[in-house]
Amino acid sequence: MFGAVLLLGILIMTFIVPLWYVKDPGDLIARPHLPPGSEGAPFLGTDNLGRDLLAIIVYGGRTTLRVAAGAAALIVFVGVTIGATAGYYGGWVDSALMRFTEFFQVLPGLLFAIVVVALFEPSFWAIAIAIGSISWPGIARLTRAEFLRLKNLEFVKAARAIGASDLRIIMRVILPNAMPTLIVSTTLIMGSAILFEAGLAFLGLADVNNPSWGLAIGRAKDFFTINWWAVTFPGLAIFATVLGLSLVGDGLQDALNPRLRGR
Amino acid sequence: MRAIVARIAQAVGLILAVIVLNFLLIQIAPGDAATAIAGDQSASDPEVIEQIREQYGLDRPILVQLAVYIGNVVRGDLGQSIWFNEPVTSLLASRIVPTLLLSAAALGFAVIVGVAVGTAAARKPDSWVSHSVTILALIGFAMPAFWTGLLLLILVGVRFDFFPVSGIQDNDFEGNWFEALLDIGQHLILPALTLGIIYLAQYSRLSRASMLEVLESDYVRTARAKGLSERSVVFKHGLRNGIIPVVTILGLQFGAVLSGAILVESVFSWPGLGRLAFEAVTRRDTPVLLGVLLLVSVSVIVANLLTDLVYRFIDPRIRVSGGSSD
Repeated sequence: MFGAVLLLGILIMTFIVPLWYVKDPGDLIARPHLPPGSEGAPFLGTDNLGRDLLAIIVYGGRTTLRVAAGAAALIVFVGVTIGATAGYYGGWVDSALMRFTEFFQVLPGLLFAIVVVALFEPSFWAIAIAIGSISWPGIARLTRAEFLRLKNLEFVKAARAIGASDLRIIMRVILPNAMPTLIVSTTLIMGSAILFEAGLAFLGLADVNNPSWGLAIGRAKDFFTINWWAVTFPGLAIFATVLGLSLVGDGLQDALNPRLRGR
Repeated sequence: MRAIVARIAQAVGLILAVIVLNFLLIQIAPGDAATAIAGDQSASDPEVIEQIREQYGLDRPILVQLAVYIGNVVRGDLGQSIWFNEPVTSLLASRIVPTLLLSAAALGFAVIVGVAVGTAAARKPDSWVSHSVTILALIGFAMPAFWTGLLLLILVGVRFDFFPVSGIQDNDFEGNWFEALLDIGQHLILPALTLGIIYLAQYSRLSRASMLEVLESDYVRTARAKGLSERSVVFKHGLRNGIIPVVTILGLQFGAVLSGAILVESVFSWPGLGRLAFEAVTRRDTPVLLGVLLLVSVSVIVANLLTDLVYRFIDPRIRVSGGSSD
């Protein structure tokens, strides 16, 4: 419940607040390093260049959430396709696909994403693909496990007996039954995608024309001795979003898979 | 025995695949491979490009190039750093020890404190300790490591001179080896704590779940029934089995820890592999960046292999069932 409220708050902040808090987060509006609450300072103070920190946080959320959503969509698509194919067909298809998955699993996640974004340009899609390419193995293994568990059950046999095609069985018969587990882990994956995006942006691997939470912290980090707020508040936004997603994931877990409650 | 050979062969295959991936990354990066290797500074100099083209054999067919590349990597030749103009291998060698030190300290802290807290929580599943473990695990996961590090610096580092805010040693350090160790240790505390908090959260949650299960098992009930002291039951019978999942995860998480070290190292200017990777990104030093990726990937594969082999040794059940981890 608390998680849902937290997430709703973040969504309102990033998508509704900009409708009346109309500011350009790139504008230099006041003196640099103005603490929040001081005279002439905007609500959360200014950063090292004199930009409005609140505007950066409010508008920066869009970049972060958009990249995370794009990455999550890729992760689910690739992970479910590979996991479902491997689990449903089994045999050599399964072993080949699982070898492939294993390979991506040993790649050091963040480092691989850094290399991909550094070699290509830090555009929206490069970042989403970089994050997607390191995070799909978890979903693939999970989908495979669900398909292995479900594919020999009565209702699947029944569907096969009435002549349903493989594609139909995968998409319409088995997948809906695997959904509860997949929804829970997609929520958690969104959280880690946000952390990856923030980490990349913190290192400067982001589109520098768009404000983002990680980028803001990366720029503020050299001034932490005199400007604690420019580091603290964008981080708080990341923290609240990821925490909200984890809590919602846990809540969904309890609601959708009641047997696992309390674990 | 055959399973062990197969497992080693698999690891070798994975290492080969990582090398090929590295090669492919150079190939598919936008622009000419020679320009990519040369980086921004010298990209406009046709002579440099020509030299690189020749040096890396870029004028030859792609499969020949791949074979040459694999040969070079196997012999430990990862090319020259553009920025330092030094072999990548020697740069990596000089940076690996600080990273291992940081990772080991972080994991040591996380395992010891995490297992202690998790065990305490499992003994009283409804106490406040137990509930706070669950909450702390969520908080630990949601905090970006670089932010945790900066917050520690703001809250502790700036206020107390005892904690140095950057580097591995004081710049003007003088003294014997013992003072040197103390100095490094002092520099190590904040970065290790930052990196450790993520895993502390995970291990306390994991060991809580695992100990909850173990403490309900028959052999623990038997141990209690024959009148052993509570301490003996929990530590000798319970913990020895309850800690197994933690050890497994520890081996598998090696890569994630090294990845996390990148962010933490760049916050604390810790002179390790992560800092090197970060510098390579800002200086567009592609050979160094790919070198770090290769080294870390290979370390992960070797660490996984060792975990697996050690496991076969310790736990006969894995030996019999063929060692599949899922």
